[in-house]
Amino acid sequence: MNKKNTSRRYSRRKFIQHGAGGVAGALVTGSALGADSASGEAPASWKVPGRGFSNYGQPRDARNSPIRWISADRSIAGNGVSWTPLHQLEGMITPNGLHFERHHNGVPEIDPATWKLTVFGQVEKALVFDLNALHRYPMTSRIAFIECGGNSNSMWRPQPAQAPAGYLHGLLSCSEWTGVPLSLLLREAGLKPDAKWLVADGLDASGVTVSVPISKVMDDTIVALYQNGEPVRPENGFPARLLVPGWEGIVNVKWLNSLQLSDRPLMSRFDTVSYTDLQKDGKAERFTFEMGIKSLITSPSPGQSLPAPGFYELSGLAWTGNGVVTRVEVSADGGKTWSQARLQEPVLDKALTRFRAPWHWNGARAILKSRAYDALGQVQPEREVLLRAKGGNQYYHYNAIISWSVDTDGSVHHVYA
Amino acid sequence: MVPSTMYMPEHGFCRQVRSDALATVCLLIGLLLCQEALGEGITPGLGRIPSAAELANVSTHIYADGSGLPAGSGDGLQGEKIYASRCASCHGGAGQGGSAMELVGDRALLATEFPDRGIAVYWPYAPALFEYINRSMPPDKPYSFSASELYSVIAHLLELNGLIEPGQRVDAAVLTALQMPNKDNFRSGYVEPE
Repeated sequence: MNKKNTSRRYSRRKFIQHGAGGVAGALVTGSALGADSASGEAPASWKVPGRGFSNYGQPRDARNSPIRWISADRSIAGNGVSWTPLHQLEGMITPNGLHFERHHNGVPEIDPATWKLTVFGQVEKALVFDLNALHRYPMTSRIAFIECGGNSNSMWRPQPAQAPAGYLHGLLSCSEWTGVPLSLLLREAGLKPDAKWLVADGLDASGVTVSVPISKVMDDTIVALYQNGEPVRPENGFPARLLVPGWEGIVNVKWLNSLQLSDRPLMSRFDTVSYTDLQKDGKAERFTFEMGIKSLITSPSPGQSLPAPGFYELSGLAWTGNGVVTRVEVSADGGKTWSQARLQEPVLDKALTRFRAPWHWNGARAILKSRAYDALGQVQPEREVLLRAKGGNQYYHYNAIISWSVDTDGSVHHVYA
Repeated sequence: MVPSTMYMPEHGFCRQVRSDALATVCLLIGLLLCQEALGEGITPGLGRIPSAAELANVSTHIYADGSGLPAGSGDGLQGEKIYASRCASCHGGAGQGGSAMELVGDRALLATEFPDRGIAVYWPYAPALFEYINRSMPPDKPYSFSASELYSVIAHLLELNGLIEPGQRVDAAVLTALQMPNKDNFRSGYVEPE
């Protein structure tokens, strides 16, 4: 057995050392070999050794790679957002360097050696977990989107904002998050009967503090330590953040500091003043946690241009905070007719779902739309339906159908249609 | 080479050690116990009980009913001075017209079109002002006000909003008792799942 392995390994090494010539010899005959005949037919990269290895891979051309656009307070550099460039990405996973950011006062520097997470309040015994301890807990992974409650907020404006799709709707990202189910830590602490809410706060310089109902916490909330396989990035909450699947970004607290169990919500500023939805009857709704059913076409999308009539694939993203996307329909005539898009596997609970539909553009002006359905049969509303229901004083939770116009010159624009 | 500053969680290593230890236990005391020791019921139990001093230093949250508010007090006269030096550059001279969120707005309730969202109409609970300003403000030096400075600043803001009499001292009891005028127009959008 050992001997066999050794000899297989040896022959592999031998192949690596000598294989290239062997393969060339086997595939190419006679005159094609050697410098004499290599007169521009062969790819240039066949003729020069490639670049060496790198400790951490980078995009091919950093200057022209997709980037996050930053929109920050002029006087407070760390108060603002950066957007995931959804219009330049494919598939369902957001690269870690392009995950959207929403910080209230910057990214804190945290020493993992001294970091600790304190669980206290309505528990049998308060507990402190350091990072090494947390890393020894049984873990779970899930692919989930995080969307800021204020994503797409420019859509509440009366005129359609013109910007690439990611810079209108890209406070939305999707990662594989890995960490410790919060229920496990709370069971060890022992929930008292009065533990109805979790009050979580972060180590940032704005002390973001939110209240989360205990049922959601015990159901599927994770203390996430990894993001797409590597430690959670500083701007996404290193060393640990909450992942509260399907719920607005603010409750997915980054740079976790403490978890207080309480019989009631805190009614912090983040619970009551911001992330609160002013309805048309003058009532303000707080704790509107779940992100609604939503979709958008990322290609083609504003800023892109179709060079000529002909075949294009409509490609986009659909998601909902209440489960799986069951169906996406697309329209190229402003919603007069719809056809079903193909949902690309995997289609996961509370994750971004990629949809695709073939389209032949005949060169006339077209209005592209997509609309998504969830497992309850709820469908993404038309813009005027949403405005009628919610009134005009909204800022958060815009989830109406998004429309792009393709003009006769092939340019793509954002329209309300 | 791995840079020495690189953070390397020992998760995988520790798990390996643990399962080796478990395997030894299995061999020694038999299959039945082994199944128990590998079952769903076992839990790491690696949390540490914090000391009383440590717990006292964890975030003190200030609830809507005022619990968590510290001792101390302040008045609007003092608060106006602090406001002028620490707050006005972003929030405007009298809580309006700055680059940051307005603190004083039209008192019209929220049913009008584009209502202001000043403290009087958009903060349903006064105690929350204390925790928020304490943790978040001013952005260039958060967590730097003393309790008395904070009560003073809040007194000034409540005066500007017409929510307390000019000159009234503000402390935990005053903030707790203060009924914000638009409180009843806030409701929860959350419905517990069945």
